[in-house]
Amino acid sequence: MIRLKTPLSEEDILKLKIGDRVLLSGIIYSARDTAHKRLVELIDKGEPTPIDLKGQVIYYVGPAPAKPGYPIGPAGPTTSVRMDPYTPKILSRGVKGLIGKGNRTQPVIDALKKWKAVYFVAIGGAAALISKRIKSAKVVAYEDLGTEAIREMEVEDFPLIVANDAHGGDLFQEGVGRFKVE
Amino acid sequence: MRQIDRNLIIDTVAELCIKANTELGEDLVEAIKRAKEVEESEVGKEILDIILQNIEIAKNEQLPACQDCGTAVVFVEIGQELWFPFNLTEAIYEGVRKGYKEGYLRKSICDPITRKNTKDNTPPIIHYEFVPGDKLKITVAPKGGGSENMSEAKVLAPAAGIEGIKDFVVDRVNRSQANPCPPIVVGVGIGGNFEYSAYLAKKALLRNIGDRHPDPFYADVERDLLERINKLGIGPQGLGGRITCLDVFVEVAPCHVASLPVAVNINCHVARHKSKTL
Repeated sequence: MIRLKTPLSEEDILKLKIGDRVLLSGIIYSARDTAHKRLVELIDKGEPTPIDLKGQVIYYVGPAPAKPGYPIGPAGPTTSVRMDPYTPKILSRGVKGLIGKGNRTQPVIDALKKWKAVYFVAIGGAAALISKRIKSAKVVAYEDLGTEAIREMEVEDFPLIVANDAHGGDLFQEGVGRFKVE
Repeated sequence: MRQIDRNLIIDTVAELCIKANTELGEDLVEAIKRAKEVEESEVGKEILDIILQNIEIAKNEQLPACQDCGTAVVFVEIGQELWFPFNLTEAIYEGVRKGYKEGYLRKSICDPITRKNTKDNTPPIIHYEFVPGDKLKITVAPKGGGSENMSEAKVLAPAAGIEGIKDFVVDRVNRSQANPCPPIVVGVGIGGNFEYSAYLAKKALLRNIGDRHPDPFYADVERDLLERINKLGIGPQGLGGRITCLDVFVEVAPCHVASLPVAVNINCHVARHKSKTL
């Protein structure tokens, strides 16, 4: 088990290999479909993004409402591949880690290698458990998007698995290949 | 003619929405525990363990197990001796509104094009069925988007036969890989017509893990499909492993001589359904 703290350095990233289990702590940012669209529109226009993306980790999540006394509601990952059309441009701004669930497409795998970043999977459906590892959360951009707003979250020991590393590795392909029975 | 109080229906639907999301079935928990014993992938075993811990936390703290609290799919069996001096459909809507608000459940229903959220998770999808007697059975089966997106209906040529159906189901799961949050539960509707096969596939997901089709032929089809799907190697969360699927349920209806409709409805490991009879 590898313990990491955000922001992630290039040195942290290059050490990670597919299949590594990571406990992540520190600040991460939530963003999903519409937030990605807006961020990429700003990047395309050469304008600053509402949060500085350099060295940061983005979590694809749309949490459930928080119960009274809880910093956030259940908050498991959403399907990552929907962000793939935007991801290479997001990585070009220095994002070092992506968290979601499910396979990525080749352009993202290539961009992770090019920009030295990793894709972690969180356990899809384990939303109640994950929310217990989120110590605080506040909306920092796009409040109008509701559950899809960009939130700054402080996490402690967020359990993750390295699915695509900065060396072109793909745990989905490797893992399924290992267990497939012809 | 027996009457059932409108408020009782509202409260029952609300309670079922909350319970379905926060308290997963014992059958499912036992199946995931067994899967953990069988799984050979270390990563897969750890994932199944986290899934079990999550179910425990959700139940103890009354939190939805998954942040995607789904489309509220409601199956209603109406005893034909019942009489409703009010709008039953509207009462069910009200129950969904109440449950999703009071249970702090995520509201995920929006306009298909503008994507504007209805903000109360209505409308639910309601399937009514008339049955003999004077009871009202309500089942709420919240259904997540990620697994629903991997579902498919097709009308095959009759010549495709049972092997054609099996190939279609296995191929559909194989193309889904990690997306529907494996380990999955698979519902298959065979026969009927285009829309009825999809309804059957959804209804199949209401069964408890391990419940086999009463017809030995289809029970064998279920066992064979489960075995074939688990040979795909997709594994927990699609990262490789022996356990891709926890169970396969088939529902069957007669169809037109020219057609062989088949539908596959995939459920994630947060396979939710709760029932109550009034």
